[in-house]
Amino acid sequence: MTHARSRACTRTAMTVAATLWPALAWAHVEESRAEGFLAGLHHPISGLDHVLAMVSVGLWGAQLGTPAVWILPVTFPMVMAFGGMLGLIGVPLPAIEVGIALSGILLGLAVLTEWRPPLSAAAAMVGFFAVFHGHAHGTELPAGASGLLYSIGFVMATGTLHAIGIGIGVIHRWSWGRVALRVAGVLVASAGAYFLWRAFA
Amino acid sequence: MSARLGRIAPGALAALLLPANSHAHLVNTGLGPFYDGVSHFALTPEDLLPALAMALLAGQRGSRTARLALFALPGAWLMGGLLGLALPTISSATALTTGSFLALGGLVATDARLRPEWLTGLALVIGLLHGYLNGAAMSQAKLGALGLVGIVTTLFVVVALAAGMVVALRAPWARIAVRVAGSWIAAIGLLLLGWSFRAA
Repeated sequence: MTHARSRACTRTAMTVAATLWPALAWAHVEESRAEGFLAGLHHPISGLDHVLAMVSVGLWGAQLGTPAVWILPVTFPMVMAFGGMLGLIGVPLPAIEVGIALSGILLGLAVLTEWRPPLSAAAAMVGFFAVFHGHAHGTELPAGASGLLYSIGFVMATGTLHAIGIGIGVIHRWSWGRVALRVAGVLVASAGAYFLWRAFA
Repeated sequence: MSARLGRIAPGALAALLLPANSHAHLVNTGLGPFYDGVSHFALTPEDLLPALAMALLAGQRGSRTARLALFALPGAWLMGGLLGLALPTISSATALTTGSFLALGGLVATDARLRPEWLTGLALVIGLLHGYLNGAAMSQAKLGALGLVGIVTTLFVVVALAAGMVVALRAPWARIAVRVAGSWIAAIGLLLLGWSFRAA
């Protein structure tokens, strides 16, 4: 066998492999389902207003201690999912952007002042604002995505943001940590004020 | 490289790679119906999450209740599956999936103190309904009862591991984490409810 012929065989083999190989890479992926999960995972972290509010819930819960530290992050995703359901089925909600901006301001102020209302009042406040966040997400959901996997990704991302907030809130046990959390509260409230200004602009 | 090998190599390579095109899932990859059933929970969160929630709920109520659920859920799943294979009238029910997520997730999140007999009854109902849907779908896909055995075997392992883990939890924060997981499942159910109305 000549050298030229050997190269021709190699080229043919590589062409065959290049033609058929891509099918292997996608053999076990249902494309729309994976897209649905990733889209759901991405949606809650796609807007700074949502991220700040959700992390603030975790921070405030950490400041308040047990049982608020877990009641608030449990309340928020469930009520937010309820708001998302309202958005999905087309129930209108007024002043959504204003509500989201106010959530940043009030949650930031709560972290700043280490406000300690009764637990039911804290849960009600968090739940009230969660409806606005959920509704905004519900109306923005992409068409054609897998509903179940989108929802799983969406809830996981939301819960993870709360967990990050709680994790950061652990520094509350140190005096410098309490100061740092108050500074974080100022930043969140300031961002909320900016979002409110933008909502009316 | 010999001339003969050079001639057959492209053909052999094509024969090696080509079958991957037409078999997207384990159902068709030739591992057989039992392993199709074993892989079912990895590919079907509609069934995995209610099964996990049921296991968490049983684990929250202690070892006796968990032991009852460990046999009640897979047993009922098998019975329902056999029924579905024999009488495949319904093959999908979004309402059942949504209802399972909401009910079981809500019960886990609230750490509902159900009596063992109530919880066993709930496991029987969930197992029968989900098993029936599995069986009906398998009947339409012309898969035999062996796939069902694979599903139930995996279900037994999933329930044993999850419920056993929860029974062993002592730290308060760990038990709270279980309740948080339940709230996530309920939240997913709420979103699914919205999706079902949107689709309709």
